[in-house]
Amino acid sequence: MSSSESLVVETAARMFANLADPQTIVQKRSDAWKNTLWSSLQEIGLNVAWVSESLGGGGASLSEGFDVIRETGRAALAAPLAETLLAGWLLACARVAAPSGPMSVAPVRPKDHLILDEAGRINGRARRVPFAREAEHLAVIASGPDGLVVALVRRTDCKLNFGENLSGEPRDTVEFENVLPMACEKALELGQRGKDALLFMGAAVRAQQIAGALDKVLELTVRYSMERVAFGKPISKFQAVQHNLARLGGEVAAAAAAAASAADAIAETGLDGEAALLEIAAAKIRSGEAAEAGSGIAHQVHGAIGYTDEHVLHRFTLRMLSWRDEVGDETFWCLKLGEFIAARGSAELWPLLASR
Amino acid sequence: MSVLHFDAARLPAHCQELRKEVRAFLASEIAAVVFDPDRAEVGSTNADAFARHVGARGWIGMTWPKQYGGQERSFLERYVVTEEMRIANAPVRRFFVADRQSGPTLIRYANEKIKQDILPRIVRGELCFCIGMSEPNSGSDLFAARTKASKTEGGWLINGTKVWISSAHHADYMIGLFRTSSSTKENRRHGLTSFLVDMKTSGITCKSIGQMSGQRDFNEVIFENAFIPDDHVIGEVDGAWKQATSELAYERSGPERFLETYRALLAFVKVAGERPDVRMTVGLGRLVAQLHTLRRMSVSVAGMLEAGREPIVEAAIVKDLGTVWEQGLPHRVRELAAFLDLDEEDEDAFQDNLAFELKIAPKLTIQGGTTEILRGIIARGLGLR
Repeated sequence: MSSSESLVVETAARMFANLADPQTIVQKRSDAWKNTLWSSLQEIGLNVAWVSESLGGGGASLSEGFDVIRETGRAALAAPLAETLLAGWLLACARVAAPSGPMSVAPVRPKDHLILDEAGRINGRARRVPFAREAEHLAVIASGPDGLVVALVRRTDCKLNFGENLSGEPRDTVEFENVLPMACEKALELGQRGKDALLFMGAAVRAQQIAGALDKVLELTVRYSMERVAFGKPISKFQAVQHNLARLGGEVAAAAAAAASAADAIAETGLDGEAALLEIAAAKIRSGEAAEAGSGIAHQVHGAIGYTDEHVLHRFTLRMLSWRDEVGDETFWCLKLGEFIAARGSAELWPLLASR
Repeated sequence: MSVLHFDAARLPAHCQELRKEVRAFLASEIAAVVFDPDRAEVGSTNADAFARHVGARGWIGMTWPKQYGGQERSFLERYVVTEEMRIANAPVRRFFVADRQSGPTLIRYANEKIKQDILPRIVRGELCFCIGMSEPNSGSDLFAARTKASKTEGGWLINGTKVWISSAHHADYMIGLFRTSSSTKENRRHGLTSFLVDMKTSGITCKSIGQMSGQRDFNEVIFENAFIPDDHVIGEVDGAWKQATSELAYERSGPERFLETYRALLAFVKVAGERPDVRMTVGLGRLVAQLHTLRRMSVSVAGMLEAGREPIVEAAIVKDLGTVWEQGLPHRVRELAAFLDLDEEDEDAFQDNLAFELKIAPKLTIQGGTTEILRGIIARGLGLR
């Protein structure tokens, strides 16, 4: 049985559809759905799925967590579940127990750094932190006098400057000014990636979300093409449209394969090792490309209606395009992967690819 | 849930062991100057010798039943052999068509006597096959074929012309598609029959056709009252269209569908050195990410095939994306190479190699099912047809 058929994943998907359907929540013009969703998620421990049971978590496998995250993409979930999972995972790397409630992580941009000073306070600025204003806590990586630490911080102890991504989701600047963390431990289990571990894990998460969103976009677009009639027949009967949809299928497949492969690699061997760099960078790069090509075709097939505010399509396409930018965009990962491949030399290229 | 399935299948450990054996074998062939990975062209004698060496290792028809000389090994093992041969630029042209297509077709549809006679010889690397599909007025539209097979005493007489047939001039046999009846109003696919054709049959002439790549692998094959015995009919008379297509998934999703121009990338990594400038580095990273993804998709399809599923759409997607990618690869390498600063000799060598990949690029999205045909298949799989 493939993990995509697991009960947890099915439950999650059903919960997202029932409690956080993007069209319904927009029409409600109230945030009440967020509390309902969150208490339902917490009831079955989905928020802490990536936290081991010894730290009070759900103890789900990494692959199961990745499958749930793909469903957040398929649902265009307007809540920080993926971020909360990531935060729980990060805290667990330093054996810090995860609190309940929504969380986010920082820093998420390769260029941002946080510092833990001698007095045990965190300083620095993390930009474009996803859902920061909706998070009760932030899990952060900071450089301390004795090396990297993972800290749990109350969001209300930080100063926020609100920002948004393409899809209107919160991407806030978080200012840490002498913030005293609730807990702070050495990041013993982050491995050789150090601070970059969060980028690596985050990239695999975003790739899964893009893959999930693309899968839904394919479904929406195929269905629309069969319903929409032009020149006396459904537009799905026009060869030009069929070929565009076939190309969309290819992009969906590429994103799904690359993201699934990276998730599998992490579940099997973690973030360290040469293969993890190839797998994760490739997933983020290729899913980012698929986001562009896929959203372009989906909008083209939908025509004007897909461009309207009330149509659901853009809730997927704009999120995909934003996820491309986060935890390292394609250029960042291309550079990282390219440096790695060049340094190893031509004789090592095929053996690396073939080892996967 | 999803229409398309691409699980993260991995090749099992024993496949990676086999990979080492294949690499060692290829290295010894290179050392013995049977072929040179940096030169695309390999002489006829060496191509024949290579086929026999591969056969001796048991790597031709390796998935076939033991009673016909096969090893009954898995398709994943065959996958590894195929990709290592492709990466090494090994001269597989004598046996690859038979290994991939003709052999499986014979196993499924030929009579026992032919199977006993021919399959073990393919396995030993002694027989070269070609595929006789295209005609001057029939390419992607196979059912437009007009070359005729007319019934005669004890067999069939073939008249007409097949074109763009790769390796026909070296082939011992062709599996060809010939018209045995007219198509009907109800079924335009009716009336074609598959035949096993001994290329030494009198009345068959091969004329070499030069290609834009400088290769001369194409042929025009002219049939003038060529006699094919009855027992060489493959499958049902007039019913070739029913014969299927499950092999097509193997044919479409293999590593040869995205690695054809790999050497352009390899050459670039070689000349770019350990620390290329940032533009080249970014470009290299992107190409490797795309290649890795294609390979993971292809392995995923191989895993589904091995598990007995029929991933027709997924296989078509691999070939569509893979061939478009490998077609673009030498062009992308060319763009990146603009930032190189090589001395004259290295520059010339690099450009010479690239020129070959640029020249073969156009055929990659045509052979074995055009991009347009593949997209039609994908569209059907999505429920649009």
